[in-house]
Amino acid sequence: MMRLNRDAMLPLLFALVLALGVLLPLMMMVTISLNPNEQDIMVSMGSLRSFIPQVFSLQNYIEVWTDPVHPFARYLANTALITFSTLILSIFFNSMAAFVLAQGTLPIRKPVMILILATLAVPGESLVLPQLMMAGWLGQVDSYQVQIVPGVANAMSIFLFYQFFSRLPKELIEAARIDGFSFFQIYRHVAMPLSKPVISAIAVLQFLEIWNAYLWPVMVTRGPEYRPLSVAMSAYFGTNQAAWGNIMAFAVSMAIPVILFFLILQRQFIASVMSSGVKG
Amino acid sequence: MRIRTKGQGQELAMLLPALFFIIALIVTPFLLSVWFSFTDQRLVPRPIPTKFIGTTNYERMFVDPLFWQAIWNTVVFALIVTPVQLAMSLGAAMVLNSAIPFRGFFRSIAILPLLLPMTVIVSIWAVLFRIPAGPFNAVYQWFAGQGNYVDFLGNPSTAMLSVVALSAWATFPYQMLIYLAGLQDIPQDLYEAAKLDGAKPWQRFRYITWPGLRNVNIFLLIITTVGALKLFTQVDILTKGGPNGATTTIIHYLFKQGYATQKVGYASAVAVFFFLAVTAIALLQRRFLKNEGEA
Repeated sequence: MMRLNRDAMLPLLFALVLALGVLLPLMMMVTISLNPNEQDIMVSMGSLRSFIPQVFSLQNYIEVWTDPVHPFARYLANTALITFSTLILSIFFNSMAAFVLAQGTLPIRKPVMILILATLAVPGESLVLPQLMMAGWLGQVDSYQVQIVPGVANAMSIFLFYQFFSRLPKELIEAARIDGFSFFQIYRHVAMPLSKPVISAIAVLQFLEIWNAYLWPVMVTRGPEYRPLSVAMSAYFGTNQAAWGNIMAFAVSMAIPVILFFLILQRQFIASVMSSGVKG
Repeated sequence: MRIRTKGQGQELAMLLPALFFIIALIVTPFLLSVWFSFTDQRLVPRPIPTKFIGTTNYERMFVDPLFWQAIWNTVVFALIVTPVQLAMSLGAAMVLNSAIPFRGFFRSIAILPLLLPMTVIVSIWAVLFRIPAGPFNAVYQWFAGQGNYVDFLGNPSTAMLSVVALSAWATFPYQMLIYLAGLQDIPQDLYEAAKLDGAKPWQRFRYITWPGLRNVNIFLLIITTVGALKLFTQVDILTKGGPNGATTTIIHYLFKQGYATQKVGYASAVAVFFFLAVTAIALLQRRFLKNEGEA
């Protein structure tokens, strides 16, 4: 049995309250999703029965996954494709540019850096309408690329990479140069292998941003073909108002891939968010 | 520009793609929205050509009561959610930084809301807010008696507070993790010394923890405020800006004007205003930072 000292009792009590505050709504989501009887859901809503599963039926899940109007698998695939394409392109192009800005010799580095710092201040939300017009002019509305490309333009990502690269020791870069490495090779074989922590920090933050994206995908998708989960969820929520069992099954199905992904990467995830703000 | 060596050609090739994306997808739309804000641009082209209309959009915007309501709602939201969320996050961080058993387990639980997509969280909270017998109303009925309920989302006086509660729950783990990092940066021997001197827990918080978190606090104050000013997803799904405009925010107003009613010119004026307001707030906070002697 664990011995508790008095100093730990009060924090433990608070920790339990915190855990319950987080878990109770989630338990309710799971409980309702496992109940195939919509009438029973309505009756038990608000009682303890809506927090502790009484029945374990996958019927709601089967209905959600096989719904012909809202193809769940398609939405999931869309979201995964958009998220990972954006992440890969963004990290590749932005780290490359940041390396030039931090360690290169180009005379335009300074004005480019000023431009990037200035764009940091522009909230993405204020750009969506002209971006939508531009997508329309190029005939790209309702596609994957219209949801991927805007996420690649990420001044914050360039800035974070820049901060990291500018702290690399000059001797290291110089040594690689003397060994006959070209500038790109130094980036590829010296700088990038050293940047795993900063890459994972940027990847985690951008992952959450894209996986959660809502305003932009609402504007640029017209139907299930290219629609991501976040928009699909709200459409599903809007059209099945009474079917709480199905809505919650949809919600659980949408939440589980992310939770699994982060449980696997939990250590890196916590470290990433913790380092995202203060240090640097 | 003059390229001196082969190496610089390579540098240019590495810099240009990202620079192109920034110019094409941030700088260009920004300039376009400034231009649109002085025109009667529509989302879908009309037979009549778009024309320059001077400051008409701005004049209209400043006399639209719904615009002022959106600003008021957004400011109220930011002013309430920022302290609430920061207090929650700091409290949670201090609890999860103390020597409790199963600390790792509690930390994993506490970050869960951050991992859930906002649309999922909104649908869960829609159940919590249900009338007449959702979980919150069940609790309310304990106190107010059977048959009484609060229409959390349908009543203009409670709708925004409901969105505040939902939003604080949804995103507090982010601030909590940054506070945790800040708490771990405070040297432990300060606490030991204070304990030896007989400092009470409150005094230790007041004279060690709070000053030690100064930079973290300023940083979190900025990002939480700016994040709050962008409120959109929650109100769009949950209340559609209603009831009676009680949860219409600036971004929701912009979205409705520019996308739903297709008045891109007018909405661009709103976007320019929003940009200026956010920049002004960020600059004020940066000046504050400087005055505090931040290195």
